Amino acid sequence: MQKRVVFNNRLLPYLLLAPQILVTLVFFFWPAGQAIYQSAFIPDPFGLKTQFVGLDNFRFLFSDPYYLASFKTTVIFSSLVTLVSMGAALWLAVMADRVIKGSSAYKSLLVWPYAVAPAVAGVLWLFMFNPNVGLVAWYLGVLGYDWNHVLNDNEAMGLVVAASAWRQISYNFLFFLAGLQAIPKSVIEAAAIDGATFARRFWTIVFPLLSPTTFFLLVVNIVYAFFETFGVIHTITLGGPQQATTILVYKVFSDGFVGQDLGSSAAQSVVLLFVVGVLTVVQFRYVERKVHY
Amino acid sequence: MADITFNAIRKSYGRTEVIHGIDAEIADGEFIVIVGPSGCGKSTLLRMVAGLETITSGEVHIGDRVVNALEPRERDIAMVFQNYALYPHMSVFDNMAYGLKIANVPKPEIAERVAEAARMLELEPYLERKPRQLSGGQRQRVAMGRAIVRKPAVFLFDEPLSNLDAKLRVQMRLEIKALQRKLGVTALYVTHDQVEAMTLADRMIVMNAGVCEQIGAPLDVYADPATLFVAGFIGSPPMNVISHDIRPGHGALAPGAVIGVRPEHIDLVEPGTGLIDFDVGFCEPLGAETLVHGVTAAGDKLVVRIDGETRPPADGVKTGLSIDPSKIMMFDPSGHRTSA
Repeated sequence: MQKRVVFNNRLLPYLLLAPQILVTLVFFFWPAGQAIYQSAFIPDPFGLKTQFVGLDNFRFLFSDPYYLASFKTTVIFSSLVTLVSMGAALWLAVMADRVIKGSSAYKSLLVWPYAVAPAVAGVLWLFMFNPNVGLVAWYLGVLGYDWNHVLNDNEAMGLVVAASAWRQISYNFLFFLAGLQAIPKSVIEAAAIDGATFARRFWTIVFPLLSPTTFFLLVVNIVYAFFETFGVIHTITLGGPQQATTILVYKVFSDGFVGQDLGSSAAQSVVLLFVVGVLTVVQFRYVERKVHY
Repeated sequence: MADITFNAIRKSYGRTEVIHGIDAEIADGEFIVIVGPSGCGKSTLLRMVAGLETITSGEVHIGDRVVNALEPRERDIAMVFQNYALYPHMSVFDNMAYGLKIANVPKPEIAERVAEAARMLELEPYLERKPRQLSGGQRQRVAMGRAIVRKPAVFLFDEPLSNLDAKLRVQMRLEIKALQRKLGVTALYVTHDQVEAMTLADRMIVMNAGVCEQIGAPLDVYADPATLFVAGFIGSPPMNVISHDIRPGHGALAPGAVIGVRPEHIDLVEPGTGLIDFDVGFCEPLGAETLVHGVTAAGDKLVVRIDGETRPPADGVKTGLSIDPSKIMMFDPSGHRTSA
């Protein structure tokens, strides 16, 4: 039996694919092409003419200490977001998996934060930690800690990491919970009879069996931290203080639309395009083909 | 090695009681099969011994300890699961060594014990493989090996053969029995298959609807069933149930009471000469024996087992039935035996 669908009409398959292809062309290939094109030019200060500069934008970028610092910031930021959101989600999933009474209520509540848009999440955390009116900042003051993320770069980083990770915990939680429930109960029971304590069972049986889920989430979370946290950073710190929270994506925006250096901004977009490409290859190479038990 | 005692064990889920008080004493080294239809509570009983289910009331003793409040790992047991429950990410060797590593057994001894179990189970060529690279029968052996290496006081088997094909099941059945004899470890074995129960058990516990119907050696239970349920469950084809009194010189049976006769205790004779006349419906020739299905003149459906070399009667033929009166069993309306 032929498993593939065969169309008699030659045009129909193309027609059916057309909307998706059109969307991809207009919203991905066109802007990407524009970015590549523009990365070879610099416009004059009034945007009236552009001048061809070849690869000079890139040369300038990689000799710019601020850009290199932004690379480092991005690595720190995304590692922290991934670690915090996945760690917390795994812990919550393991706990939710053990709950017997009212488990669906816990699960629903834990999924809620995912419905909050990044910018809104940012504003929520900003209100709590605002040095002048924030509730948490005030309590920290009561405890003798002078919270001010507007001046302190570590505090600023901590806050954007917390806000970004908080939102992603829900997503990770869902996948970890599904992964946990896919592990046959009898395997866990066999380990219990073999003498393993809860912690031992977790590290020697549960965690290894979760590894396909963990690898998948690792890639998804890195991509999230790289590209989808703009709203959080824009609402909380505007990339500051002194670029302490300016990740690569935020720098594309601030250099291009605030600094009006469209050529450099385009060049940075091309670099990010390259990063996305690498991440995609990693995902297909290692995650999709990762051993499934 | 240890004996096991069940002391009025009950199990409830919420308000629903599923096991209604089981008492039994299992001697050291005995092979006990718990047999019953699905949903009778046999697996639950086994899981209570393993410590995977809480015991609602009553006591389980293993050796001289009450194990009710002990964790599975403190009970000195090993269990073989229906789906084998092998650790999919570990090699065969690691699967078997897992419990020993946890018990901090020195490495050379682990290697030695696993090698010995592997030799016993003919698993030596597969020690480096992952479970998914093994056949069903081999996985079953690994699960057995994992139980053996730990040298537990009690083996628990939860329908270990039901995922195997018929031929392999017979083979593994023999191996399990031989292994248990050799190691002399007390074994509790749960199955719904009465043939497995008959062939493996030193004694069997026949369960139905959360109640223990009878405990005894397989042949004793077969020859002398305590209840109508046991009579019907143990033996294939099951005991014939007759709702009319066919014994000469007796009146009608009490309402609800029945007579039971095993198919091999009935002989076909000329019509009119037996206890009752019989209409042959059809025959099932099985080689060594032939099963003759039909209806008595009083309207009871019966199966008669005749020798395979005897020429079976043609379909639709009228015959008579002769029954050895000493083989007739009487059951009261509640299903309990009232006489021989």
